[in-house]
Amino acid sequence: MQVRVYVALKKTVLDPQGQAIQAALARQGHAVEAVRQGKFFELELAADTAEAARQEAETIARDVLSNPVIEEFRVVLPEAESQ
Amino acid sequence: MSFTAEQLQRQGLTPEEYARIRALLGREPNGVELAIFGVMWSEHCSYKSSRLLLKQLPTEGAVVLQGPGENAGAIDAGDGWACVFKIESHNHPSYVEPFQGAATGVGGILRDIFTMGARPVAIMDSLRFGPLEADAAAGVAPPAAARNRTILHGVVAGISHYGNCFGVANLGGETMFDSGYSGNPLVNAFALGLARRDQIFYGRATGEGNPVIYVGAKTGRDGIHGATMASEEFSAASEAKRPNVQVGDPFLEKLLLEACLEAMASGAVVGIQDMGAAGLTSSSCEMGGRSGMGIDLDLDRVPQREAAMTAEEMMLSESQERMLLVAAAGREEEVFAIFRKWGLDAAVVGRVRAGGRLRVHHQGRLVADIPNAALTDEAPRYRRPAQAPAQAAAPPPAGWTAPASEEALLRLLASPNLASTALVYEQYDTTIGANTLTAPGSGAGVLRLPGGRRALAMALDGVGRYCRLDPRQGARLAVAEAARNVACTGARPVAATNCLNLGNPEKPAVMWQLQEVVAGMGEACRALDTPITGGNVSLYNETLGQGIDPTPVLGVVGLLELSGHPASWRPPAAYLPAPGRAVCLVSAAAGLDAGQARRRLGSSEYAATILRRVWGEPPALDLAREKALHDFLATAAGAELVDSASDVSRGGLAVCLAKCILSRPVTAPEIAPVGARLAWPEALAPEIAGDAELALFSEVPGWVVVSCEPAAVGELRGLAQHRGLDWYELGRTEREGSGGERLRIAGRGWKLDAAVPELAAAWRGGLAGALGETAGTPTAELVEAQA
Amino acid sequence: MKIGVVVFPGSNCDRDAHGAVVRAGQQAVWLWHGSAELEGVEAIILPGGFSYGDYLRTGAIARFSPIMEAVRRFAAQGGPVLGICNGFQILCEAGLLPGALLRNAGLRFVSRPVYLRVETADTPFTRACARGQVLRMPVAHGEGNYFADVATLAALEREHRVVFRYTDAAGNVTAGANPNGSRANIAGICNRERNVVGLMPHPERAIEPALGSEDGLALFHSLTLASAAIGA
Repeated sequence: MQVRVYVALKKTVLDPQGQAIQAALARQGHAVEAVRQGKFFELELAADTAEAARQEAETIARDVLSNPVIEEFRVVLPEAESQ
Repeated sequence: MSFTAEQLQRQGLTPEEYARIRALLGREPNGVELAIFGVMWSEHCSYKSSRLLLKQLPTEGAVVLQGPGENAGAIDAGDGWACVFKIESHNHPSYVEPFQGAATGVGGILRDIFTMGARPVAIMDSLRFGPLEADAAAGVAPPAAARNRTILHGVVAGISHYGNCFGVANLGGETMFDSGYSGNPLVNAFALGLARRDQIFYGRATGEGNPVIYVGAKTGRDGIHGATMASEEFSAASEAKRPNVQVGDPFLEKLLLEACLEAMASGAVVGIQDMGAAGLTSSSCEMGGRSGMGIDLDLDRVPQREAAMTAEEMMLSESQERMLLVAAAGREEEVFAIFRKWGLDAAVVGRVRAGGRLRVHHQGRLVADIPNAALTDEAPRYRRPAQAPAQAAAPPPAGWTAPASEEALLRLLASPNLASTALVYEQYDTTIGANTLTAPGSGAGVLRLPGGRRALAMALDGVGRYCRLDPRQGARLAVAEAARNVACTGARPVAATNCLNLGNPEKPAVMWQLQEVVAGMGEACRALDTPITGGNVSLYNETLGQGIDPTPVLGVVGLLELSGHPASWRPPAAYLPAPGRAVCLVSAAAGLDAGQARRRLGSSEYAATILRRVWGEPPALDLAREKALHDFLATAAGAELVDSASDVSRGGLAVCLAKCILSRPVTAPEIAPVGARLAWPEALAPEIAGDAELALFSEVPGWVVVSCEPAAVGELRGLAQHRGLDWYELGRTEREGSGGERLRIAGRGWKLDAAVPELAAAWRGGLAGALGETAGTPTAELVEAQA
Repeated sequence: MKIGVVVFPGSNCDRDAHGAVVRAGQQAVWLWHGSAELEGVEAIILPGGFSYGDYLRTGAIARFSPIMEAVRRFAAQGGPVLGICNGFQILCEAGLLPGALLRNAGLRFVSRPVYLRVETADTPFTRACARGQVLRMPVAHGEGNYFADVATLAALEREHRVVFRYTDAAGNVTAGANPNGSRANIAGICNRERNVVGLMPHPERAIEPALGSEDGLALFHSLTLASAAIGA
């Protein structure tokens, strides 16, 4: 089962890349109020149920894929995303 | 089977070359064989347009251990050490995808070095880009300038990423700008490594029956036809060639380095070669070719990253971080254990065979069977038609209004070609290895050898504008400048490597440039005793029919014996270190009359940047006196008589003196700068002494500014005059305190008087200004280039 | 004194750290990432580099290697551990030091000499220094921007656990002296027990006047001074 994990810096942590991108977009006339840059992972899990997959992905995201000091994460199952 | 003209063209082959292939094989080639010939006979791999010319170059000398023909050249550095070095271009990939193109350029040259058994200890880069700012008069539109900025960001980030992660000190190089490089950026990467003299490894497949082992990254479809791409002009369709660009993994390469060196030390390795351009094909036929043996390959055993790859794809793949090695039969398991320890794949993919043929098997079938010689020694060599361009050199402009000297100096110092490149080199790890004696920001880098009693100096140089006006003289100047920069550190230049960047050799004018460049380079290398130990030719640097100035880039390596205490000894600097020192000029140049000076001013930075015209001829060079100058510099440094030495190159004497004041040691940025009170010596060139423009901004490569304790002047003058060199005292450095330092130069009827803080601001901020950056604020172009 | 230098895949300052230990007159031994054997060392150095390619996050994968379990136990027993550059990043990822190292504020890799003020002599690696002493050594990193939340920063200051701060040559904390945007110009910190120290700059590259500075040797000499009671 494929599960997606999004990791981004916490709102309280400065994201200079996001700021530079936002400034560039503004110069091109796009009215974008904020940009945050992050990472995206696709995990192929051998889980039986969506709930089991979610739980395993959350453990992986918390323990490995993100650093809780600076980052937050979101786990998304494909069905949820297409809704 | 017979091939259509279109099929041949796809492999970069002409109908005549196809006929030659049939003759060499005695039959029709199959599709796989045709692809193998196509890539091995490409300009990039075969040097078919340049090989006959390159034979004129001097390649032997007292210290040369290995000349051209191996993965890299090698010289004897003393104390049992061999110094292995080479320069190579990665121009085309860096245009298509700047970050990965430059990164894999660094990765490729590093592999060439450690393939020889040497641990890489230094890299340098010679970079050329189009203008960073839009300039309607020069035909640089805003989108082109923006693209040039993005290319610069990407190239520098790519070099930084690969070199820093791999873990090798970057000792600088050069960064230059000219409209000819808009759309044709040049990325030439130099690397240098150290091996024990008696433990150099070669790319030779010896010992019938020995296993051929594939190590490193798995093979994918990356970079297929990369070598062929580097042998074509660029068109608007080139952007679509992005899939051709390889992605580098410096982490994997670092593991490969450690594993290869460990395997070599085990004694189980017989020969080794990296898989660079043309990947598996070139490594297998070249290793066989050098030893007169053949290799049987079984492609089914090649570790593959992608499914269902064809034989042609596997043979042409340019996936990075791969090596082919030949082990002693029976010792495979030792080799495997070492690579396993470093977490790397290794697989036996073939055997060494007698008979000198490359035989490739795939899915149980023999898919290629070619004599190695047909791919290497028998590759076509062209004596292409050469014709000097018809148009005479542009005449000097009838007249112009010269700006005030101070204003001209400030504008020159702020121009990207002369401004500080700290913004670039501060992105490179320059101190890893704990042996860097002179870091970037000087004309040459200096690195201590293990044991601490010796050091190596190295420099990269080349000026396209000189070569545009006179390619032969431009090449001579490039050799002399690189050697002189090395000599300024007190080292004796001993060997060279070269990267020749030119346009399309099928154009007679470009072929003529190539001939002239090679001739000039050979002459200067002979005169200065710096034989060429290897290098690279990059042709077809043209986009939409617009070619670059011929740009030979010379890398010169010098040897230095440390006097004094090794733990505290430092080579002469490029900057004036303290107040109260004597500032002198030693000259190997012939006298300069006013007419010569005006013609030569046309090739200067002053003409290009301030007057915005180029005319005339490059500076002159007296190679015999140049050699004496190098001897003087080494002798003076060896006797610890000089504090600093810098040559009067691009920008002329005023820029040289300003940079002597401004290029403070990176190791002590807070030390207050000095000023200087100097007089332009009338006897240096009486005919131009009264003309501030010529006196301050003429580029006279035979002039070197030296600083020393006043008490040492007499002895230095004696050393110079004994060697037939001219010696002049210019004045003294001084410190006024509270930031009030000035650079003062007085001539006959003119003076230059500039505040050092203003000069510093112009010089330090020049490159950031051209990139549109305000201090410390990243631009979106930077973010994009690193993504 | 026997000092272990850990080699992770991708470590590239391991040889320099080894050389600095030897230059300080001590015995250096290699510790391999894949083994949990500490070979009786009396101090451990996690060197700089790009462990595991720094893929995912700097230092993030290294913390799962077998040697790090042993380092954790060694530190818990009061053994001195020094993390330099990537080693500092690994110590933060492993939770042996608080906070994290973000991408440099200027988004570029920064390689240049810096000045550091020693903020406390009360660690096994700064015992040979005086509080307020200014050291010169190079930085070379892309992600050295020290970050911790407000409460953690306050605790670090209160407990005198900021070990080094970026300053100018005279020892003044200025924005211009901060190469990477670190909070409060922090260049190095220690744990509450004071035996685990991490810093971004490279003391192992400042060990001889010929290299522009020998100030870094003080960190390696410190280890050999009679150890005062740790945690005092």
